[in-house]
Amino acid sequence: MSSNNDSISKTLIVVISLCLVCAVIVSTAAVQLRPQQTANKLLDSQKNVLAVTGLLSGSDINELYSKHIEERFVDLDTGDFVEKPTNYDYRKFMKDPDESIRLSGDEDLASIKSRANIAPVYLAYNNGVESGELSAIVLPIHGYGLWSTMHAFLALGADGTTIKGLNYYEQGETAGLGGEVQNPKWVAQFEGKKLLDQSGAPAIKVVKPGNASADSAFEVDGLSGATLTSNGVQYTFDFWAGAKGFAPFLAKVRDGALNNG
Amino acid sequence: MANAKEIKTVLFGPVFANNPIALQVLGICSALAVTTKMDKALVMCIALTLVTAFSNFFISLIRNHIPSSVRIIVQMTIIASLVIVVDQLLKAFAYDVAKELSVFVGLIITNCIVMGRAEAFAMKSAPGISFLDGIGNGLGYSVVLMTVAFIRELGGSGTLFGIEIMPLVKDGGWYQPMGLLLMPPSAFIIIAGLIWLLRTYRTEQVEKA
Repeated sequence: MSSNNDSISKTLIVVISLCLVCAVIVSTAAVQLRPQQTANKLLDSQKNVLAVTGLLSGSDINELYSKHIEERFVDLDTGDFVEKPTNYDYRKFMKDPDESIRLSGDEDLASIKSRANIAPVYLAYNNGVESGELSAIVLPIHGYGLWSTMHAFLALGADGTTIKGLNYYEQGETAGLGGEVQNPKWVAQFEGKKLLDQSGAPAIKVVKPGNASADSAFEVDGLSGATLTSNGVQYTFDFWAGAKGFAPFLAKVRDGALNNG
Repeated sequence: MANAKEIKTVLFGPVFANNPIALQVLGICSALAVTTKMDKALVMCIALTLVTAFSNFFISLIRNHIPSSVRIIVQMTIIASLVIVVDQLLKAFAYDVAKELSVFVGLIITNCIVMGRAEAFAMKSAPGISFLDGIGNGLGYSVVLMTVAFIRELGGSGTLFGIEIMPLVKDGGWYQPMGLLLMPPSAFIIIAGLIWLLRTYRTEQVEKA
């Protein structure tokens, strides 16, 4: 190395030009790849919605999605449908103070701190959207487990309470223990259970592994070796089936809000 | 450019003789985090090898112009830019794996192997051989990572690359998985075991007490 490398002007020239070159490379990569990444995210979300309704069959996801799924938006406080542009970013608005409410300590069962005012719901039609025969209502739910916020889609039957599927699609729990919330064999237990009891209160109970009674409409086995993750699942259900979650909407569904389209 | 023998030493030396993880005990952090599944570990290895190779290459290219007072920052800038590019590429073309690796791709920036090679090798050597040194050290890292991931995934989940090898008891099979293998501490134990094995065969690596 020559000695003039350490002069102030040389140092500044090297550092500034390096930063410029790196900045150009990084921003080019980010901008060029963004459309691909957004498409991936959207595709991933659509795939997860399809998976939870059992409509996912390997072929073109975009086509399946537009054929079978109708996206609607629900005001969580009133339970009424509202209009939102299709690119409404639910995940972004969960934390936006203008678009969400803060949850106080005893309301915040799922440890999510704030909740968006408007949530998307996905209406699934097995015979295509035009048929008008609703087969499932897919709700996005999330809650804190042991290490991470676990995001899932919950599919309910047209009655608004019978669980048709559950799909944890994003979580950062311990792989092999809590991470098993993603295991299809574990979530399959939820199928056929009732989200709400007769009075419309949250009713799913995640019990100690092996203790769920087969006759119960509400009990599911927890994950062995992952008590805190199982608790997280329990709290997620308690919250989202409750008054601050989708309960107002589900009450309207039971009263026939979806029957006229 | 160096002769064939030197290339061989630079490229394959780090695999066993001078392994960055086993001998220098660098880059342990990610070895703990991403080795629960082999596919995750593989992508991580490829990403790290590419970053090490290219950061060595670029740093070596400008090595005669780097002021020594800010050389670490210059190296960091190059490494960080490369890592961001790799992260963006993964998100665009291998979305599912990128989702699972999440923050660990970003943490390649702080991986001591990358910095270590930049400082120890690329600052003094020509670009071509520095590039090969990066590949070599990436290979050394990969060998250890894949071995650890093999043991952890097979023992902890009964699968390899997500394909079922030993059916688990809870799915009606016979294998009771070893939960410890899925926890980070098990990687420490396995890496320590590997170091022990390696030093039993290559006694010259044993440090003098």
